[in-house]
Amino acid sequence: MPTDTLRLAGASTPAQTRAVEAAGCAHCSLPVPAGLVQAGAEHQFCCTGCHTAFAILHEHGLDSYYGFSQRRETPVQASGRSYEEFDHPTFASLYVHALPGGLSRTELYLEGVHCASCIWLVERVPLLQTGVLRAELDVRRSLAVVEWDPGTVTLSAIARSLDVLGYPPHPFRGVARADMRRREDRAMLVRIGVAGAIAINMMLAALALYAGELNGMDAGFTHFFRWVSFALMVPAFAWPGRVFFTGAWASVRTKSLHMDLPIAIALAAGLVRGAINTITGTGPIYFDGLALLIFALLVGRFLQQRGQRLAADSAELLHAIAPSTARIVEQGAIREIPAEALLPGMTLDVRAGETFAADGVVVLGQSTVNAALLTGESRPASVHAGEPVYAGTLNVEAPLQVRVEQAGESSRIARLLYQVEESARRRAPIVQTANRLAGIFTAVVLVLAAATFGIKASFNAPHALDDAIALLIVTCPCALALATPLAITVAVSRAAGNGMLIKGGDVLEVLASPGTLVFDKTGTITEGRTALVRWVGPAWVQPMVLALEAGSSHPLAEGFRQAWPTLGTPDVTDARHVVGGGLEGTIDGRLVRVGSPRFVAAALVSTSDTMATALRAEDNIGRTLTPVHVSVDGELVAMAGMGDRVRDDARGALEALRARGWHTVLLSGDAIDVVRAVGASLGFADHEAIGDASPEQKLAFIERAKQRGRVIMVGDGVNDAAAIAAADVGIGVQGGAEACLATADVYLTRSDVSALVELTDGSRRTLRVIRRNIALSIAYNVVGASMAMFGLLTPLLAAILMPTSSITVVLGSWYGFTFPRKDRMSWRGSLTGPAAPQIMERAA
Amino acid sequence: MSVVFLVLPLALLVVGGAVLAFVWSARSGQFDDLDTPAVRMLHDEGASSRPPESRDNR
Repeated sequence: MPTDTLRLAGASTPAQTRAVEAAGCAHCSLPVPAGLVQAGAEHQFCCTGCHTAFAILHEHGLDSYYGFSQRRETPVQASGRSYEEFDHPTFASLYVHALPGGLSRTELYLEGVHCASCIWLVERVPLLQTGVLRAELDVRRSLAVVEWDPGTVTLSAIARSLDVLGYPPHPFRGVARADMRRREDRAMLVRIGVAGAIAINMMLAALALYAGELNGMDAGFTHFFRWVSFALMVPAFAWPGRVFFTGAWASVRTKSLHMDLPIAIALAAGLVRGAINTITGTGPIYFDGLALLIFALLVGRFLQQRGQRLAADSAELLHAIAPSTARIVEQGAIREIPAEALLPGMTLDVRAGETFAADGVVVLGQSTVNAALLTGESRPASVHAGEPVYAGTLNVEAPLQVRVEQAGESSRIARLLYQVEESARRRAPIVQTANRLAGIFTAVVLVLAAATFGIKASFNAPHALDDAIALLIVTCPCALALATPLAITVAVSRAAGNGMLIKGGDVLEVLASPGTLVFDKTGTITEGRTALVRWVGPAWVQPMVLALEAGSSHPLAEGFRQAWPTLGTPDVTDARHVVGGGLEGTIDGRLVRVGSPRFVAAALVSTSDTMATALRAEDNIGRTLTPVHVSVDGELVAMAGMGDRVRDDARGALEALRARGWHTVLLSGDAIDVVRAVGASLGFADHEAIGDASPEQKLAFIERAKQRGRVIMVGDGVNDAAAIAAADVGIGVQGGAEACLATADVYLTRSDVSALVELTDGSRRTLRVIRRNIALSIAYNVVGASMAMFGLLTPLLAAILMPTSSITVVLGSWYGFTFPRKDRMSWRGSLTGPAAPQIMERAA
Repeated sequence: MSVVFLVLPLALLVVGGAVLAFVWSARSGQFDDLDTPAVRMLHDEGASSRPPESRDNR
């Protein structure tokens, strides 16, 4: 961790200085919308969420939060929920552990954890809520451990204070598995540490012995060092080395060849032979090689396991985000029950800001629903009685009563999640190939060793056993076992430094050779937010438009504000908002109307000449962009095209990918016309630009494409989650929903499309390094085995050679060029950018 | 030279101590999360929540 990450404000970054000049939000430093600027106030806020968080921190004397230069730069989007289900006995029985002394503990998954300052803030919760004894955040997994005194404070109150700070909490449903893993990890780490300590000390004794062999050493000292080595070997076998014997035993019992078997045989043979030689005082003792072997094998195994784990985590976080409880209406009374207990026919009561717990039909009320989780469409759609709503989507505006149709496992989101998990399970990782290879290797080595011993013994050749043991030791799959995991680990950590988080080695393998690359449009190829793409009209109109839009929360208004952040705005009188049309107001005595063409046309007297020409020429606006017209005193003077801007580097990056042999496809839930128009500008043929695709259709498309070859899916929404998981490799991009990233194999913390070019190039280079490693270790093994079989190798020489092969592989992995080398932790800095995951929008 | 008969066992004892210390720290969960503490120590002032006495039963 570079120490400058947490520089104090005195040495603030240029970005921050700019934000302050532009009157940034006092809490999150983002620009404050013109309509929210409080004239004369000391602090400005971009939203009420930030204001509340600021007030709370200030009240508790936690202002030093604002001293961190690397802090959260996203607006606080508190869900404002009551979290009363956190106090429910069922919730407690599922997620809360009782601690001695009447205390309680739970783990919560927090949304919106991005950077170092989040740790500070979350761990100050005990200061905000008396009765909370401990809050500890694991920043990588976004998990907070909270301990509290149930007599003093309720869990819902703790949840609310986390929520208010911008970290909406969710129950963490994988506690049991996480516990098991933690125990496994600790045991593994202990084994590696002990094996390492023994191996290093064994090497020191071996050094003395080898030096003595060359220069002559008293027999007494030689014996002493040999016995010391033997004494060290016993614990190395009994403790860290035991796993290989248990593995070999399991392999024997299940009658399947496993890499543990020759390792165990070689270890046992080496130990027995070494022990005999130690006692008789003649011949080599192999102990140094054996100890190092145990250590190297354990390290390789650990690296491999970690990679696999990250991949298996996939659907867990998605589960954590779906609601855990629901309120039902029963005989006029409202009762809260766990979501698992919901049955079709029950009536749900869903307040504004809450997530639906089941699929159903609205029976009472009228509201808007944000279905970003399912469809990726982040603009809320209105719902009335009789219309369907889906579990996992967010009720934005007003309370609703919903009759449950599908609950639990059969809800649409659950089926989608199930598909995600299925796809994750079905995936065959590179590890299987490595294991198969090791199985063959094992069989060959065992046969060769037996043959060497058998043939030589039958001809009464000298050193038959020595040669067989030398063969078993020199060919130990040590280098082979290290070759893949080591190269992958180095590449993955270098990639992380470049803003690409890769979850497993199999991913690199798939990305290394070209196949089909499927892109989601919104947020991947485009920037994913409404922006001013075209402006036709004179500049003097712009301040007027901005003045009218200043107070509006409509996405289009946001687009204007972002486009012209520095324009001053004149005063507006008689401002009027026409629902579904636009805005109207008087500025400097002139009537200005801004809105849809139909709304503006309704009061139109004339059209300026430039606009008349522009209207004829600009058929583009209206087909792919949302048109906004502006009239002043009844004359049409300007028009704007609002849309989702294509990323600057998209064209170049796509061409680079096609030049490398990738087949590119655009797959989007957007209207087909829009998708085709965007696709055409980026070189996609019409049949490669597919629109109107639901999440289920996207999944089906990926499944079909997979029959023809490798498919990589690049997307951002949770609606892409199933497609991302089903693809051979799923890539989530920044700005996408956090849950989607949890299912993706690669997580790009950068939003540029060029990252994909770097990713595929780096993968190809990594695979080259792996192949080189494997070739080296196979060559070494072939040469070593032949030499041992022809009696050219004493067990001593074999034990010396064995580690050199591993060292070659280690050096090859480390110095092989894969991804450009950067600071390991720098990706975390880039996470603080204005990422607005859709999940957070849900909570808004 | 024969001092090695004394020094080597002593050295191994020291190694044994180090190994035990490592085993204890691994089992008490000090290597569970390697990222957060590295950052946490940079937030200097006190009042932070203290590490728990026993994390084994998590």
